[in-house]
Amino acid sequence: MKIGDIRELLDAELLCGEDMLDHDVYAACCSDMMSDVLAFVKDQGVLLTGLVNPQVIRTASMMDMVCIVFVRNKAPSEEMIELARDCGIAVMRSASRAFEASGILYYAGLGREVEDV
Amino acid sequence: MSETIKLHYDVDGENFESAGQASHSVKKSLRQLGMSPDVIRKVAIAMYEGEINMVIHANGGVADVEVGDDDITIILKDQGPGIPNIELAMQEGYSTAKDNIRALGFGAGMGLPNMKKYTDDMKIDTVIGVGTTITMKVNI
Ligand SMILES: Nc1ncnc2c1ncn2[C@@H]1O[C@H](COP(=O)(O)OP(=O)(O)OP(=O)(O)O)[C@@H](O)[C@H]1O
Ligand SMILES: [Mg+2]
Repeated sequence: MKIGDIRELLDAELLCGEDMLDHDVYAACCSDMMSDVLAFVKDQGVLLTGLVNPQVIRTASMMDMVCIVFVRNKAPSEEMIELARDCGIAVMRSASRAFEASGILYYAGLGREVEDV
Repeated sequence: MSETIKLHYDVDGENFESAGQASHSVKKSLRQLGMSPDVIRKVAIAMYEGEINMVIHANGGVADVEVGDDDITIILKDQGPGIPNIELAMQEGYSTAKDNIRALGFGAGMGLPNMKKYTDDMKIDTVIGVGTTITMKVNI
């Protein structure tokens, strides 16, 4: 799946990373606990979260993630978007809730592309 | 033998928003030095966890990183309260963080175990009421 597909599937507003829409991603994780993202995530390119603070961007950057989706229409600050730009991370926000957004992406094949689709 | 590269940072304990700046800068420097993505990720995650700990548990401190021929050393030094029981603190899930920290996305008690996991060597020197120094090494 491409980052651009995520934007379409979640009807999300892209906040930065216009040049990354063609970038392939294979797996995602959904959490409001950055501790858990740092401890349990491995090679997941996408982070879905309802938490909004600069540590979300830093955590994703440390984990080499390439896309962050803020759910429930949470709005990151201009500083956060600037930081994400600097880290090469695409950021978008969607009105969907975390569970719903995860389900939509999973159903569309994200995280299970080896199995079928 | 090539020259050792040394990086030094002050970690502001008053500002949660800026926590992670040092780790971010180290990550960039290691990339410029052409280090392997695997090594960079290990250093970045371990240092970031340690940097966050300094900010949320110890009111900040200083971070030093030395890039040698065979390994990268990260030294995080604070003058916080110290860690009363290291064995307990190293356990997954042990945290003294309050709800205000959890609301920021931290305080699951995963940081120290994660730092150990991502580094090849980790040493904790701590004195109650004086501070904590954590020294980590990642082999190149
Ligand atoms: N630099 C430090 N100074 C004083 N106490 C510390 C320091 N680092 C860690 N601790 C203590 O050790 C505990 C465990 O640390 P650890 O990093 O594993 O978890 P945490 O920071 O509480 O949560 P997480 O890392 O998952 O966000 C902390 O809750 C705190 O009590
Ligand atoms: Mg921690």
